[in-house]
Amino acid sequence: MATLHSAPRFTQIDGLTSTLSGALGEHLVEAHEEHGELLLTVHRASVEDALRILRDAHDYQQLMEIAGVDYPGRAERFEVVYMLLSLTQNSRIMVKCTASEDTPVPTVTTLWPNAGWLEREVFDMYGVLFDGNTDLRRILTDYGFEGHPFRKDFPLTGYVELRYSEDEKRVVYEPVELAQDLRQFDFMSPWEGADYVLPGDEKASTSPVDDPKVTEKPSDTGAGKDTDEKAADKVSAGAPAEEDAGEGIPAPAPTEDQPDRAKRKGKAKDTAAATQPLKKKTARKKAPAKSKSQVKKKGDK
Amino acid sequence: MSSALHIEESPTTGDETITNYTINFGPQHPAAHGVLRMVMELDGEIIERIDPHVGLLHRGTEKLIEHKTYLQALPYFDRLDYCSPLCQEHSYVLAIEKLLNVEVPERAQYLRVLFAELTRICNHMLNIGAHVMDVGAMTPNLWVFELREDCMNFFERASGARMHSAWFRPGGVHQDVPEKLLVDIGEWLDTRLPELFGDAMSLVLDNRIFKQRNVDIAVVSKDDAVAWGFSGPMIRAAGIPWDLRKSQPYDVYDRMEFDIPVGTNSDCYDRFVVRVKEVYESAKIIKQCLRDMPSGPVASDDRKVAPPKRAEMKQSMEALIHHFKLYTEGFHVPAGEVYVATESPKGEFGVYLVSDGSNKPYRCKIRPTAFSHLQAMDFMSKGHMLPDATAILGAIDVVFGECDR
Repeated sequence: MATLHSAPRFTQIDGLTSTLSGALGEHLVEAHEEHGELLLTVHRASVEDALRILRDAHDYQQLMEIAGVDYPGRAERFEVVYMLLSLTQNSRIMVKCTASEDTPVPTVTTLWPNAGWLEREVFDMYGVLFDGNTDLRRILTDYGFEGHPFRKDFPLTGYVELRYSEDEKRVVYEPVELAQDLRQFDFMSPWEGADYVLPGDEKASTSPVDDPKVTEKPSDTGAGKDTDEKAADKVSAGAPAEEDAGEGIPAPAPTEDQPDRAKRKGKAKDTAAATQPLKKKTARKKAPAKSKSQVKKKGDK
Repeated sequence: MSSALHIEESPTTGDETITNYTINFGPQHPAAHGVLRMVMELDGEIIERIDPHVGLLHRGTEKLIEHKTYLQALPYFDRLDYCSPLCQEHSYVLAIEKLLNVEVPERAQYLRVLFAELTRICNHMLNIGAHVMDVGAMTPNLWVFELREDCMNFFERASGARMHSAWFRPGGVHQDVPEKLLVDIGEWLDTRLPELFGDAMSLVLDNRIFKQRNVDIAVVSKDDAVAWGFSGPMIRAAGIPWDLRKSQPYDVYDRMEFDIPVGTNSDCYDRFVVRVKEVYESAKIIKQCLRDMPSGPVASDDRKVAPPKRAEMKQSMEALIHHFKLYTEGFHVPAGEVYVATESPKGEFGVYLVSDGSNKPYRCKIRPTAFSHLQAMDFMSKGHMLPDATAILGAIDVVFGECDR
């Protein structure tokens, strides 16, 4: 396929796939090339060895990124992808391995010092463990966060939300409450492999009846003399409203009134105490006569 | 005690021994360029150890992107590194285009390069100004902010938005620019930019105080820069002429002539000067874009990727259907995975995009530039004074929208 796009063009080294496959030997599971990028899958246990070979013998000096990916359908659900860059050969490759929740991946902090944070991030987001990383703390999520948010089974909205509570004078955590369900639009066309049954489609799977109903003779339709005679009969004795209007049933008692709201004490003007800082209270005593008289009135009541 | 290997004891005040103490820098600190918390262990005023705590601005962008169509996910990139929005979009649209293998018209490629470079100038204006202010100078910052404001106006005239442009689209750019805008940018490059920027830098570059605060601060060797995954001005200041625009050109960068400024001493001063020189190189690139810009369409004519023109929609039923489909369902991207990295003003900004053949990305991992640089903060600051930490942070050029995602 001809390259039409204008994405970054790094050097395409002839025979790179076979060279690196040969160099990795038994560490390699699969070598795969697409879009001009080489993807090497290696055994989990030999990640460190494989990357050491690539760094020392094949000049991939820089570790640019470690990405986690979650495929919940697989036996080992996570993929850990290492992006390597060679400054001298101007080449990029990706190396990946699979992992599950309880199978740690050997750390590469022994090879690159910046792998520390990158591994911490994969651990934080997916819960992949890195064997040998001495500082595997969470990095991006909140202090005391539980769960691994980028897993596919973690809801987009999360489980807790936080707000500043004026009562407790601190930030409080509460379970997420959505005023409206999160809208997930489904754009998949039902003709192109949507994996659910549309309403009505379930009938398609039931077998047709042995004796299909036909209306070839007038008797099949249910019409005829008998039906005509019945047609004159009243279906019900009378309209329901007429019957219900009988005197036997009393009207429902009116629901009790809500008690009136208690009258506000004082006047709206007199809210200074609620809006001003407490310190000023002493000053308020010396307030102008107007407010003093209001205080008196309150007492009189 | 006559041994030559006598270990110096901590200075004492009478009977009390002064021990190391730990202070908290941030999370809200004007010199932290955002929400960064650093737990610092100090021996007097000397930094012994720094433990940066990032993630205070973590918004789960990558997860949100998994729940949006490819086009709906684009504006998230403006909000990562909010100082250089268009350069982030650049990586993302190139990643999509690589998966789709779609051709981008030449004019769109030129426009993208032009605006990516304008973004670089815009970003460096902020960083240069902030760095100078972090070490005590006020005036240059105010001057270069004027230039930043000019850049914002250019973005607004192109896209309608000052910062969150969402202007680069898979298959091209959203809209063509008015001819007068290109003329004005050319004029600005010839007059205002060199004058104002030159004036501001003349106050800083040879300034005694500025040099005292930056020269020989946080020196990183070439080997360390490579091992720590440095990129952008950080690796160039270490003397390695590595620039993705040159070595792995994308769009029409291979037709541009420009130089890569490199440092000699790999300290904060070099990082600053590399950025200053890059501004002039960016101006050079923009001028070449203006000179060579062809006419023609600004978006792919593949109607399964790029929407039709509004006017066409009013006339053609097919165009209407395409428009409706693209803005509701979006386009489907063939299954596959790519890692595309471009030279953002701060360094290598990469997007690892995994598609499962649907209209939403299965996984979109964003490679922030700040992660590697900030991680090196500990070893770069060791042995320096506390006030140097702000100079080092300023020279890293860290933005937390991008670091925390």
